[in-house]
Amino acid sequence: MISLTINGKEVQTPQGSTILEACQQAGIPIPTLCYDPDLRLAGSCRMCLVEIKGRPLYAASCVTPAENGIVVETESPGIVAARKVILELLSARHNFNCQVCEKNGNCKFQDYCYQYGIKESRYDYGEETNYPINDCNPFIERDYNKCIMCTRCVRACEEISIARAINVENRGHHAKIATAFDGNLADSPCVFCGQCIMVCPTGALTSKVSAGLGRAYEVDKVLTTCSYCGTGCTLELNVKNDCVVGVTSNRTVTGSPVNKGALCVKGRFGWDFINSPDRLTTPLIKENGQFRAAGWDEALDLVAKRLGEIKTEFGPDSMAVFTSARVTNEENYVAQKFTRAVLGTNNVDHCARL
Amino acid sequence: MIEEKRIVLRNADLINPEKIEDYLQAGGYQGLVKARSMSRPDLIAEIKKSNLRGRGGAAFNCGLKWSFVPADAQVSYVVCNFDEGEPGTYKDRIIVQKDPQLLLEGMAICGHAVNSKQGYIYCRGEYPYVVELLNLAIDQARGKGILGDFNIEVRMGGGAYVCGEETALIESIEGHRGEPRFKPPFPGVAGLWAQPTVVNNVETFSNLPSIVLNGAEWFAAIGAPNYPGTKVLTLTGDVANRVSIEVPTTATLREVIYDFGGGIKEGKKFKAVQVGGTSGGFIPESMLDTPIDFDSMRSIGATLGTGAVFVMDETRDIVDITTRIAKFFEHESCGKCNPCREGTFRAYEIMRKINKGQASVQDIENLTLLSQVMEKACLCGLGQAAPSPILTTLKHFYPEYQARLQIQ
Amino acid sequence: MTNSIGELEKDARCIFVIGSNTTENHPVIGMKIKKNVLYNGARLIVADPRRTDLAKIADVYMPHQPGSDVALVNAMMNVIINEGLANHDFIAQHTEGYEDMAAVISKFTPEYAEPITGVPAEDIRKAARLYAQSGSAAICYAMGLTQHRTGTDNVKSVCNLAMLTGNIGRPGTGVDPLRGQNNVQGACDMGGLPNVFTAYQAVTNDAAREKFEKAWGVPLSGQNGLVLTDVINKAHHGEIKALYVVGENPLMSDPELEHVEEALGKVDFVVVQDIFLSETAKYADVVLPSACFAEKDGTFSNTERRVQRVRKAVSAPGEARTDWEIMCEVATRMGYPMSYENSEQIFEEIRTLTPSYAGISYQRIENGSLQWPCPTEEHPGTPYLHKDGNFSRGLGAFTAIDYITPGELSDEKYPLILTTGRSLFHYHTGTMTRRASALNEHVPAAELEINPEQAKALGIAHDGMVRVSTRRGSLEMKAKVTDMVAPGVIFTTFHFAETPANLLTSSEFLDPTAKIPEYKVSAAKVEKI
Ligand SMILES: Cc1cc2nc3c(=O)[nH]c(=O)nc-3n(C[C@H](O)[C@H](O)[C@H](O)COP(=O)(O)O)c2cc1C
Ligand code: SF4
Ligand code: SF4
Ligand code: SF4
Ligand code: SF4
Ligand code: SF4
Ligand code: FES
Repeated sequence: MISLTINGKEVQTPQGSTILEACQQAGIPIPTLCYDPDLRLAGSCRMCLVEIKGRPLYAASCVTPAENGIVVETESPGIVAARKVILELLSARHNFNCQVCEKNGNCKFQDYCYQYGIKESRYDYGEETNYPINDCNPFIERDYNKCIMCTRCVRACEEISIARAINVENRGHHAKIATAFDGNLADSPCVFCGQCIMVCPTGALTSKVSAGLGRAYEVDKVLTTCSYCGTGCTLELNVKNDCVVGVTSNRTVTGSPVNKGALCVKGRFGWDFINSPDRLTTPLIKENGQFRAAGWDEALDLVAKRLGEIKTEFGPDSMAVFTSARVTNEENYVAQKFTRAVLGTNNVDHCARL
Repeated sequence: MIEEKRIVLRNADLINPEKIEDYLQAGGYQGLVKARSMSRPDLIAEIKKSNLRGRGGAAFNCGLKWSFVPADAQVSYVVCNFDEGEPGTYKDRIIVQKDPQLLLEGMAICGHAVNSKQGYIYCRGEYPYVVELLNLAIDQARGKGILGDFNIEVRMGGGAYVCGEETALIESIEGHRGEPRFKPPFPGVAGLWAQPTVVNNVETFSNLPSIVLNGAEWFAAIGAPNYPGTKVLTLTGDVANRVSIEVPTTATLREVIYDFGGGIKEGKKFKAVQVGGTSGGFIPESMLDTPIDFDSMRSIGATLGTGAVFVMDETRDIVDITTRIAKFFEHESCGKCNPCREGTFRAYEIMRKINKGQASVQDIENLTLLSQVMEKACLCGLGQAAPSPILTTLKHFYPEYQARLQIQ
Repeated sequence: MTNSIGELEKDARCIFVIGSNTTENHPVIGMKIKKNVLYNGARLIVADPRRTDLAKIADVYMPHQPGSDVALVNAMMNVIINEGLANHDFIAQHTEGYEDMAAVISKFTPEYAEPITGVPAEDIRKAARLYAQSGSAAICYAMGLTQHRTGTDNVKSVCNLAMLTGNIGRPGTGVDPLRGQNNVQGACDMGGLPNVFTAYQAVTNDAAREKFEKAWGVPLSGQNGLVLTDVINKAHHGEIKALYVVGENPLMSDPELEHVEEALGKVDFVVVQDIFLSETAKYADVVLPSACFAEKDGTFSNTERRVQRVRKAVSAPGEARTDWEIMCEVATRMGYPMSYENSEQIFEEIRTLTPSYAGISYQRIENGSLQWPCPTEEHPGTPYLHKDGNFSRGLGAFTAIDYITPGELSDEKYPLILTTGRSLFHYHTGTMTRRASALNEHVPAAELEINPEQAKALGIAHDGMVRVSTRRGSLEMKAKVTDMVAPGVIFTTFHFAETPANLLTSSEFLDPTAKIPEYKVSAAKVEKI
């Protein structure tokens, strides 16, 4: 353990921690934009700056090692001024339309502008970014007029999805996130996993499938397991008014043990079949080759009666049940119990092999 | 009157740079032989004691930097920073063109000190002819077996100014976008391909053979005690003689400009001098008696930097020049960190507004605040130093700004 | 999987992927493998007729002929034995049957296997050495290995390979089948199979049967039931009178669809429980609307035996009900009262009858998950099986396996080999993904992948329409000219009702043990239209 002073308080932290980690352990909030605990460090947004006594430069706390005996100030007048200037510089190129932004209420940039009282930018000297928003794919909206160039998306794409579809293009103020040759995602190695959306702190990257359906503060998040492949990724269903409006990631190891928030295109964007108008909503009985709607009692009685008749007439082994690799363990258990105990046959199988 | 003192240019114009035999005849590679007879710790200690400080701009103690390379490192690299992207600077080119073997010898000495088998010379993209010379020199040295198992390879720079910053340079050699890394870890611990790496400037390396041969005390006694030795300077702008010189670091700016540069050309009056390259501070007449050593320059809010000396006469428009410099940084910012990426862009925007006579006091205040933040908040030296011309001209030449402001 | 997904990201020093297009079918596992290979220094061997995404970053890529898996793996073992790379300590202490197997292997020199597999002998050697010498090597496979008439042989072959080198029972080793559907593992664990109760307790085992008879209070049949493909065949002969289908779509997923369609037509009474009116549901007499995963509580068991919660997020639409509630209602109406308060109550019953799940409870997996076997409440779960080479049956058994040709061979009329699979953007028979707006918009139809050389010879252009035919039928779709497939091989997906690929596949050649149809090999021809 080493010991350092932060805002006048003595703080202990394990050797090898960064100043940011020491602050987090001590419950001292530090604003961060480019920092992401699961990604390679960038140290580039400079929001997490702190002052260290005796050092001429401000230090980015997310990449600066905590050292024994150093004296750190996290909200000194100089630091606050620097953060304000940074926020104002970003504001000057930001297309604020929070009222219609998917990220409203869940946007780190918005939060910090609020926290530091950035009502307008001193540096609004005219030139604004004006990037086109059309990228013909049905999954991801990319609005780089709201991008703060934290490069978290680039790092997530490279380090979590290992797709390397996007990178920084151009230099200086004209730097932007782009695919090779600044084309559409669909023409790049992008696999539409949406890990970039997961890590984006602003409304620059959002899901088109969820667009307009509800914002973070309006939804309840229900932790569940993906219903597609056997990987068994954990995901959060976002629910508003008893309706699924989106999927987000739980990024903890305990909450999301297999995937730590990473998903694939099916898990992240393939959820709206739940609300499909094609869903069956009532039992159907076929009469003269046509289905008609029926009540549960009628349908269940018919099923019980016919199965009973066939069992009596042709014996249990004239019947079979196909259970499903899609339904729950509990339902599979009930299905085989039903087959064995009620129908009286072992003719139960599912499409494990298909 | 102060005299030139030649250490790195000692063979300049006296030998044929394309012939290793000439270099050997002039005592070349004696330093390497001696260095190899010394233990590594002794060699590092000797260099440390000489107080040789980096000639690439940051003036870090060279031996101290080497000592950061872990003694048990399996793989380490020696990298020569020959990016020389600073406009108006060409001293590294002169040194290499006049005496390429001197650089190779210096790198090999460093290679012995840090147990490295591989050196790289990262050469400015605009110097293809120097690359040819270097490759010839390497072939000759290899042919004579002089370098032993120390291998040197030349890499061409991508042309971006920021690639001269040591970590951006490393990224560039690795084949990535030339963007600086945060520090620590410093290259000495984790540099090229995450291995311990020493990055030094051409001039720094070129001092080493003489230091090893003549001893640390000899070197430490030359020039200013806390920044000993000589410095190669390149004079540009409105001086009578635009020359490159090597002088002891006790030389003052006035001596450099008037004794070596022959004063202001066409008999005009001196207005300002900017030392150290584009990011150097502007120095007024009143401070010309400051010695050029790193610490003295720093004490007047300027920098020795690369040793470029850009002299401006009375006809020069300070605001216009500062605007052009702001444009340079706006163009050269790599875009990685917020304060520099957006800051250089807005600083140029504001400077343009001032230059056009459309600005107010408020704009100057905004610019000042921005500059002060950038100095302390930017990720690398480019953004940290970019505001220096603005802040120093505001300080020393404010009337020129005032004259441009809109009358309110 | 004998081992865990997480081990593929760091512990495995070599990964042998055979018959799995992991990055498309198990994308998140694919990401982990890529991370291990590109950033953590693991070596990668890929055997697949298609040049998959993983093949592109493999140290050794072996584009073997569909159906030649046994020959390929045997040849790798031949190299390992002949070059002295076998782990004889492991073989001596933990296995049996080595001699018999080695006798069969002796003829499978890489040169012998080369003409069968189409893989250069030198590549087989390289792969064998990489696998054997890496310290900890894992094998991943999927349907590409199992959907053959030699599917069981193929799986046993890779198990031989793992045992031969002692790559079992340690982190980063093992034999890892990647399960296609979210709860295949769970459906099997729960006894959704004709020969076993939960936890693979055989229905023919008297003690097991007695246990269940006691728990359920009824006498139970001790005779193995019919596997799915046999049910279809019997139905065809009129011997199946009632079929109850829960959330399955055999009319898309099963081979030789016309055969299935006819079979369903001959069943007197078909009940289908589903969330959509699937192709199969259209043949039902009664359709019962069920709740989807977002509308119910329960658990899924993933491919690494990890039991995780499914939680109800929203109400089911209209009158739809959970599958278990519906089946309980039918049971009760048939005179066997079945009722549970909630899914947790069912799980509690499962625990009492299922030794490997006995230690798992909803409470224990509320904040996390457990991998079975987990026999007691104190047990931490089992990330990898056969720890230290201790197999559940005592000694690990080598199986001597010779190569046999695939059932269907190409001929003059059907000169190509058609193989089927999945796309990243769709899932199984498409009932869900075709109704997921973005996925369907992005990939709205099947394509036929064909090698550029082959396409040129047949005058087929990229995006041009083609007809692909097998001995069973033909389909029309767009061509995708790509070097993903070798000349002589064509590929399409089976997600699309408009172009049901299983019209083309055969149900004639089944794996004799697992009864898996030979989806991956059909003789075919392609014409430009
Ligand atoms: C923007 C920027 C550009 C630089 N360009 C150069 C250069 O062209 N040549 C150089 O030697 N050092 C340059 N440096 C300094 C290097 O980062 C580094 O300090 C130097 O190579 C270390 O060598 P030294 O200790 O021998 O001076 C630059 C620094 C910055 C921030
Ligand atoms: S990204 Fe954040 S700040 Fe920008 S418009 Fe959206 S909510 Fe507002
Ligand atoms: S969706 Fe996935 S692959 Fe595509 S850019 Fe985002 S992170 Fe990369
Ligand atoms: S798109 Fe989002 S994640 Fe990517 S750099 Fe911009 S703000 Fe950061
Ligand atoms: S998110 Fe993708 S990889 Fe994960 S379980 Fe779902 S379908 Fe499989
Ligand atoms: S200060 Fe400028 S050049 Fe340096 S990292 Fe930041 S943006 Fe790049
Ligand atoms: S959070 Fe530390 S620099 Fe961005």
